[in-house]
Amino acid sequence: MIRRMLAVLHARNLEFVRDRSSLGWNILLPVLLVFGLAFVFSGDEKPLYQVGVLSGGNPLKAETHPFLDTKYIGFFAAGSEEEAVWELEHHRMDMLLDLRQPARYWINEDSPQGYILEKLLLQSDPAGFARATVTGPRIRYVDWLLPGILGMNMMFSCLFGVGYVVVRYRKSGFLKRLRGTPLRALEFIIAQVLSRIMLIMVITSFVFFGTTTLLQTPMAGSYLDLFFVATLGAVSLIALGLVVAARVDSEELAGGILNMISWPMMLISGVWFSMEAAHPLMQKAAEALPLTQILDAARAIMLDGATLADVRAELVVLVGMSVVFLTLGAALFKWRLD
Amino acid sequence: MEPILRVDKLVKRYPGTEAVRGVSFSVGEGTCFGLLGPNGAGKTTTVEIMEGILPATSGEVRYRGRPIGAAFREDAGIQFQTTALQDFLTVRETLELFGRLYSARANLDELITVCSLEPILTRDVRKISGGQRQRLLLAVALVNDPAILFLDEPTTGLDPQARRNFWDLVRAIKARNKTVILTTHYMEEAYHLCDEIAIMDHGRIIAQGPPEKLLEEHFRDTVLELPREDFTADPGALPWQVLVSGDSVEMSVPDVDLAIRALAGHGVSLGRLRIRPRNLEDLFLELTGRELRA
Repeated sequence: MIRRMLAVLHARNLEFVRDRSSLGWNILLPVLLVFGLAFVFSGDEKPLYQVGVLSGGNPLKAETHPFLDTKYIGFFAAGSEEEAVWELEHHRMDMLLDLRQPARYWINEDSPQGYILEKLLLQSDPAGFARATVTGPRIRYVDWLLPGILGMNMMFSCLFGVGYVVVRYRKSGFLKRLRGTPLRALEFIIAQVLSRIMLIMVITSFVFFGTTTLLQTPMAGSYLDLFFVATLGAVSLIALGLVVAARVDSEELAGGILNMISWPMMLISGVWFSMEAAHPLMQKAAEALPLTQILDAARAIMLDGATLADVRAELVVLVGMSVVFLTLGAALFKWRLD
Repeated sequence: MEPILRVDKLVKRYPGTEAVRGVSFSVGEGTCFGLLGPNGAGKTTTVEIMEGILPATSGEVRYRGRPIGAAFREDAGIQFQTTALQDFLTVRETLELFGRLYSARANLDELITVCSLEPILTRDVRKISGGQRQRLLLAVALVNDPAILFLDEPTTGLDPQARRNFWDLVRAIKARNKTVILTTHYMEEAYHLCDEIAIMDHGRIIAQGPPEKLLEEHFRDTVLELPREDFTADPGALPWQVLVSGDSVEMSVPDVDLAIRALAGHGVSLGRLRIRPRNLEDLFLELTGRELRA
C-alpha cells in the first residue's frame, strides 16, 4: 500500500516540479503576498477617531493648534467645506475642524465618536471654537460591510468561475474542437460572460435580498441602479478572469494568477475597511481595481442614495475596464495547448 | 479540374525540431485521401494545418483556390484524434450545440440514424462507450453537412467490429460525393477506404498515389507464408528470397504456381500455406527499411 502511495506521490511531485509556470507562481505568489501585506499594513496603528481639518494651508501640527497633538486621533486635511460637511453627515469622519478665522468645529449629533471628540476639544481649548452641528443617521458597520462581502463573493465567482473553466476547456481539447467550427474567439468569450452574469446576478440578488431582510440594512437609493452597477461590475470582473485564462494552459498557474489578482482587491478595495485614511499611493492603486469602483458605487447608492448620474465616474471606469479586458482577452485568446 | 484542397510546400518547425518538411499535394473533390505513416511522422501536424487549427511556419493551404478562412470553416467537418466534449450534455444536446455553430445544418434525425445514435441520444456524453463516442464525434463532424471531412485516426482504440462498422459509415459518406481526408496508421484501413494515399515519414511524403498503383509500381511478387516447422526444404536450394521470421517463413515469389510446384517438389507440406498479395505495410518497409509499427 505504501509503495503504491509513494509511487503516486512521486509522480505528482514530478508533475508539479516540471510544470515550471505553476511552480514559479507557487514560489512567487507567497513572496508577493508578504510584500503586499507588509505594504498595506505598514505604518502607525489605525487611530481611534478621524478628524478632518480645514487648516487654510497650515501644517497639521501642534504649532498650528495644540489639539492637533492629541494622541490616537487621526487628523487629515479635508477638501472643501461643503464636501467635508457631507462626509461628516455620512459618518465618513467623526469631526470637522476649521482652523481658519473664525475657528469652528462641526460634529454629527448622531455620532457617539463626535460627542467624545467634542469633549476632548473643549478640554483642550474651551473658548476658541464656535460649534456647528449636522445630523445624519449612523451607518452600522454591517450596513457598510454588506456591499463589500457581496462584492467579494461576486469577484471570486467571476474570476475563478470563468478563468478555471476556460483553462479546463483548453486542457481537455474542447476549445480545440470549437476552433474547428466558425465560432470566433470574441463570440466564445461573450457567451462565457453572459452565462456567468446570469448565474452570478441571480445568486447575488438572492443573497442580497436575504441578508438585507435579515439584517434590516438601509437602501437609500434605487434597486435598479444597484443592479445595474452590480451587473456592470460583474462584466468587468469576468472579463478580467478571461484575460487571465486567455493563454494559460494549467489550472495551477491560472489559480496562482487569479489569487494574485483577487488578494489585493480583497485587501485594498474597501471590502473590510475604508481606505480613506490610507496612504494616497495606496488609494491610487485601489482605484485601479474594478472591485473598488464597484464597492464605491454600490455603497453610494445603498447608503447615500446616489443615482447613476452621481456614480458616473465609477461607471465610466468599469465600462472602460470591461472593454479593455474583453478586447485583450479576445486578442490574446488561444484555442489549443502549446 | 481544380482540386478542392491544395497543399503547397508546407513547413512546420517547433523549437529544436521540424515536424513537417515541405509537404505538397492536392486532393480532388469527392475522393478519399489518406495520409499514412507511423506515429510522429508529421501526419497530424500536416492535417491540423490543413484544418486551420495550427499555423504553418511556411507554405500554404488553399481550399477551392482560396486561402482557408471563414468559408472553409463553414464547409469543413473535423474529427480529431482526441476530443473532449462539453460535460453534462447528452448526445442530442451535443449535436444541437455544434449544429448551431454553423450556417448550414445537416438533417439531425438523418444524421442520428446514419451514425446509429438513436439508443444513446439521451445519455450523458461522459457515459458512452469508445465506439459510441467515435460515432458521435463523426456525427459532430458531419453536423454541418460538410463538403470536406477530416478524420484523424478515427478508429484508434476501436475493436475490429467497431472499426469495420466505422469504415461502412465512411464509405456511405464518400458515396454522397463528400471529400474525405483520413489520417491513419492502419494500412488496411487506408487500403480499403482511400482513392489516393500519401505515405509520410520524418515530416516528408515518401510515396503518393492510388494504393493499388503504388503496390504495382513497387512490387511484382507475392508472399507465401508457412509455419516454420512445415518448411522442410533447404532455403539455399530455392530460387527466391526466403525470410525466416519468428515461427513463420516468408517467401517472395514472382510466380505463385511455379513456386508451389517447386515447394511440393522439395517435399514441403502445403496444408497450412498462406498466399497473400503485397500490402501497404510491405510498401512502407520497402521504402524506409523499417517496420511501420516499430
